[in-house]
Amino acid sequence: METAPKPGKNVPPKKNKLKTKKKPRRYWEDVATPTAAGTSPEPPPNKKRKREVRPERPKNTRIPKKSWNSKKRQVQRKSREHRNPAPQGTLSGAQDPFPGPAPIPVEAARKFRRIDKSKKFPDCKPQTQSRLEVAEAEEEVVSVKAARSELLLAEEPGFLEGEDGEDTAKIRQADIVEAVDIASAAKHFDLNLRQFGPYRLNYSRTGRHLTLGGRRGHVAALDWITKKLMCEINVMEAVRDIRFLHSEALLAVAQNRWLHIYDNQGIELHCIRRCDRITRLEFLPFHFLLATASETGFLTYLDVSVGKIVTALNARAGRLDVMTQNPYNAVIHLGHSNGTVSLWSPAMKEPLVKILCHRGGVRSVAVDSTGTYMATSGLDHQIKIFDLRGTFQPLSTRTLPQGAGHLAFSQRGLLAAGMGDVINIWAGQGKASPPSLEQPYLTHHLSGNVHGLQFCPFEDVLGVGHSGGFTSMLVPGAAEPNFDGLESNPYRSKKQRQEWEVKALLEKVPAELICLDPRALAEVDVISLEQQKKERIERLGYDPKAKVPFQPKPKQKGRSSTASLVKRKRKVMDEEHRDKVRQNLKQQQRQQQKQDKDKPTGARPSALDRFVR
Amino acid sequence: MSATRASKSLLALSQQEELEDLPKEDDDDPLNTSEDEGNSDGERKHQKFLEAIVSLDGKNRRKLAERSEASLKVSEFNVSSEGSGEKLVLSDLLGPGKASSSLSSVKKQLNRVKAKKTVELPLHKEEIARIHREVAFNKTSQTLSKWDPIVVKNRQAEQLVFPLNKEPAAFAPIEHTLSGWKARTPLEQEVFNLLNKNKQPVTDPLLTPMEKASLKAMSLEEAKMRRAELQRARALQSYYEAKARREKKIKSKKYHKVLKKEKAKKTLKDFEVLQKVDPAAALEELEKIETARMMERMSLKHQNSGKWAKSKAIMAKYDLEARQAMQEQLAKNKELTQKLQATSESEEEKGNSEEEGEVLVPDVVNEIQMNGDGPNPWMLRSRPSDTRKIEVQKEPEHLPEPVANEASESEEEERPVAGEEETLLKEFEERRQLRKKSELSQDAEPANIRETKDSSSQEMLSELKSLSQKLSRADQQPRKQKVRSVGPGPQGQREEPAEEEEEPMLFQRPERVQTIEEVEELGRDESLQPMELPSHVPEGQPLERNTSDQPSTPKGKKRKEPMIDLQSLLTAKSSSVKSLAIPTAVQEDEEERAQKQMINEAFAGDDVIQEFLKEKRVAVEASKPKAVDLTLPGWGEWGGVGLKPSARKRRRFLIRAPKGPPRKDRSLPNVIINEERNIHAAAHQVQVLPYPFTHHHQYERTIQTPIGSTWNTQRAFQKLTTPKVVTKPGHIIKPIKAEDVGYRSSSRSDLSVVQRNPPKRLTSHHKEQLKKNSAH
Repeated sequence: METAPKPGKNVPPKKNKLKTKKKPRRYWEDVATPTAAGTSPEPPPNKKRKREVRPERPKNTRIPKKSWNSKKRQVQRKSREHRNPAPQGTLSGAQDPFPGPAPIPVEAARKFRRIDKSKKFPDCKPQTQSRLEVAEAEEEVVSVKAARSELLLAEEPGFLEGEDGEDTAKIRQADIVEAVDIASAAKHFDLNLRQFGPYRLNYSRTGRHLTLGGRRGHVAALDWITKKLMCEINVMEAVRDIRFLHSEALLAVAQNRWLHIYDNQGIELHCIRRCDRITRLEFLPFHFLLATASETGFLTYLDVSVGKIVTALNARAGRLDVMTQNPYNAVIHLGHSNGTVSLWSPAMKEPLVKILCHRGGVRSVAVDSTGTYMATSGLDHQIKIFDLRGTFQPLSTRTLPQGAGHLAFSQRGLLAAGMGDVINIWAGQGKASPPSLEQPYLTHHLSGNVHGLQFCPFEDVLGVGHSGGFTSMLVPGAAEPNFDGLESNPYRSKKQRQEWEVKALLEKVPAELICLDPRALAEVDVISLEQQKKERIERLGYDPKAKVPFQPKPKQKGRSSTASLVKRKRKVMDEEHRDKVRQNLKQQQRQQQKQDKDKPTGARPSALDRFVR
Repeated sequence: MSATRASKSLLALSQQEELEDLPKEDDDDPLNTSEDEGNSDGERKHQKFLEAIVSLDGKNRRKLAERSEASLKVSEFNVSSEGSGEKLVLSDLLGPGKASSSLSSVKKQLNRVKAKKTVELPLHKEEIARIHREVAFNKTSQTLSKWDPIVVKNRQAEQLVFPLNKEPAAFAPIEHTLSGWKARTPLEQEVFNLLNKNKQPVTDPLLTPMEKASLKAMSLEEAKMRRAELQRARALQSYYEAKARREKKIKSKKYHKVLKKEKAKKTLKDFEVLQKVDPAAALEELEKIETARMMERMSLKHQNSGKWAKSKAIMAKYDLEARQAMQEQLAKNKELTQKLQATSESEEEKGNSEEEGEVLVPDVVNEIQMNGDGPNPWMLRSRPSDTRKIEVQKEPEHLPEPVANEASESEEEERPVAGEEETLLKEFEERRQLRKKSELSQDAEPANIRETKDSSSQEMLSELKSLSQKLSRADQQPRKQKVRSVGPGPQGQREEPAEEEEEPMLFQRPERVQTIEEVEELGRDESLQPMELPSHVPEGQPLERNTSDQPSTPKGKKRKEPMIDLQSLLTAKSSSVKSLAIPTAVQEDEEERAQKQMINEAFAGDDVIQEFLKEKRVAVEASKPKAVDLTLPGWGEWGGVGLKPSARKRRRFLIRAPKGPPRKDRSLPNVIINEERNIHAAAHQVQVLPYPFTHHHQYERTIQTPIGSTWNTQRAFQKLTTPKVVTKPGHIIKPIKAEDVGYRSSSRSDLSVVQRNPPKRLTSHHKEQLKKNSAH
């Protein structure tokens, strides 16, 4: 259950998308860092900062070059792809210079590959071989199709580029707003709500709706792009956290005592008393689970589709007030006061993994959208980025003047940290790399201390809830530019939403499937397989699949004497033994080679080394 | 009854009389005719009449002997010679008097009857039925086997569509449809005119006249000739190939030797001729030979390293011939590797070095000389220094040497056949390894310590400062002490806690390179784990328990995956950010406060680490498989309060649990990974291996690609989820017929016939048998 947006089928072009810094670049060129100043080939414009809104058309200088490139590539490929040599004669006898479908570069298709072909199964039956071949061919076809449909991802991520040597962190919001188009500029706004104190916020999954919950009971939901207020109420109780459920029509509010659920009109639908003193909320959209972390130290999973509590897990680590979800595998990460972060799934009573991250308590945790990196900040003023792919080791560490109280990852891997009244945003090199903590990508000052932080999906916007209200700031290149129209469509109508809801409910993933490596579900359960085999052997009294010991066939004319039988038997046995020995030797050699490879060669071996004795 | 019989006999009698009369009459006949010719005609007629009458009776129809003497002049006085114009030939007399006796056929029958032996018993009914069945089975399986490819194809097909008889997709090619089409409107005509002008095809649009002409360019005869030529060439080639193959297969060494010699002679001759005729070319040739020699020098040929050479090396001990062959090889190698210009010098050098070697370390050199006949001068020169080095190393490497020797000895015992060369090589290898090892260990240690020093010097904390001081002290401590601490047996174990305080950092560095022997002596590796951090561990009981409880894991593994030091992991100094926007609240006395807090947190943190390590230890313990103790106290010995079953009993009845797989977090100090199995998720996993797969990895590969529309494009999704069988609703699905798959319809009828009365066609053997049976 990967939640990464799929490549194909995003249909409608997005009009209001914020394209802050668009150059005529293409997404495959995104290796060039947006921050890399001075790398731009164009002469600097007379403006002080080059912060152009993406023009209607890409600049001319690039187009011919690009088209030439692509054409050349195609020609080269053609010669290779000349698999169907039968030229398709047209009526006039002229031939298509580029017959067949357009070729797909191998790298593009590799991204969608799932079978690791390096592992071979040399000695399998022909039937098995044919099945494997079919599977591999299928996978290839599918991946090529997926790569081909990448063409439909028309939108490109925005970026911010300083002039030569200019630090992008120095660029202020006002400058950005000044440079971008009006529609995008309208996405930067401040809500001055000093009365009801620091705000928590949540964007809906489509990125269209925003809900705000003030500590002093103020709850509001709005379509933030059109600024249309859907509801505004005061629950007359402290609001600790607020979260949209699967759609923008329902929102869960963690109030002082219990968990309440409201609809978008502000009508209270449920009061869930089994979840009390909730501090943090997380919603797992594919499982329809609302995970709640309470002051009493319980992590409770509430299935919102049937309204039942799936499990309540006791974390045994005191008050829980740091929680986030891993969008890749729906595992809940909890931060504890003893510096550990624990990973939970509703199927297990114990944490899947416990990681000691900080010497002090953990203040905030965030996981990026691919589930590869986890950022933590602790009381020791450090911010660390961990690798979640099996090793759980810190990749980079940074000490901040003041510890970050809130962390958030954007869809494209930007990391925002709220420290006091300052927001720092770090960007990584390229797409799938962790944010480098060397240099902030953007910084921003707020009018109050940060209390909630979230990047808006599919918009280059970071929403910040603070004691002075709410700030929506522009962060070019934060969000995924292409959305999946069938999955989370910001422009969907009510009807579409309802249909999506039904579909999503039909495809609901059972809660017990949440595990650390979701790919493991596609593996055979070896333990029970072995168990069944053992049971079968016990039942039958013999192993039906065991190799039958060699029994020499009786031969005629006196050749079937006992001695010769024994001899024949012995021969077979010896042959088997020899095979075994041969295999052993091979294995040993392989190990030896491996060891030799592993041995670090200090300096480069010189040719004269052979004479040194 | 009697009356009829009498009448019959009478009739017969009368007939007989008549018959008897006839010849008589015949005898008289010629006389009569001679007497009166006038009556003769009448008489003959009468006779014929009589005959006709006689022949009326069907029973006694007999062919009457007819006189057919042609001569009219028959006289009693002389023999007429008329009609005897032909002479009698002698050969006529030789033939048998009678053409063939009518008895021969009877004889034959008699013989046949005589030749027949006793008749075999007919087979049992069951036997016959069995034979019939067998024949039928063979026949049927033969007929059915032709369906096998179809069955296989259908099984492997991605999709089967029923009913089978599908309409042939008869799409006429567009050219055909267009051929009947005529340009009518002026525009069309114009276009066609243009096309015609350029000789573009209009009616048969695929080929222009030019192309057609070019296609026809090759005439039939030409093609035939060419084909014949090609055939001849191919045939010749195959002959030559066959010949070459045959010659190649010849195993006679003598033959090859002769062949080789001949070749060499021939080339030499050629070369001489070439020298006389064209000296330049000869020079070139010479150069070629030289380059070949150089190439050989560079290559590993004739180095006695090949497969053949190795096998010979093994045999050399016993086989004189093999030894000679090896020596030859070596000589060749020497010859090749010698530098041409400085031959004399190198020889001198060689001699010198040999002498030197003998003087310095006689035994080694002698050994080598004994074994290798053609010593490489390079090797010789380097050997003395080598041995010296070894001697130097022998002191620190005291332990490893005997072990290695032992190993080699044991190997020798195992394979007494191994040649001297091999052992020599092995020795060299061992020495090289030992030297490397020692060098490594010498190098690595200071480097490591330097590293730790670096990291620790960066540390601001006072606590760690003290640690680093200890470390530096430890640095100065000689190596021996370390070895002692690592210590022999259980005594060391007791001492450990005390020692740990002394040199904690040493224990934190498991990646420090140690010789294998030291490690093996260690036995227990707990002391090397970074868990045993010095500061707050309660000494004595709990620690001891821990160390003793944890079974020793193999040392080699530990070294392979260096444990990352937890302390350093958490306290690693990270460069602080000089943020542009510093939070307003912090701006004033940032530095001071940070310092204070850092120290506070550092002291708080130690506790955190300890707690975590303790937790991890507990988790590791809990996850270990438990041994089952089945001892019954008091069973077979005295029981009672305070009495323990004997150690032997306990050992006997303790079922040790198999060692589980290594923990995933064994080299990750800051992580506890739960190894428990998620049974809820496992319930959703595949638990059986479907048929053609023998290993779960194979099956997993086929289910790795997700088929849902969430992960695939629409087309791919449709392709992945196509149904295996598609049926047309409302249609009868008939069984597959031969016509459906392109066979002739006969196959089906064949099959049906065979099934109805199986033993129609039999093999010859069965036929014979059946005939035999049916004969009786």
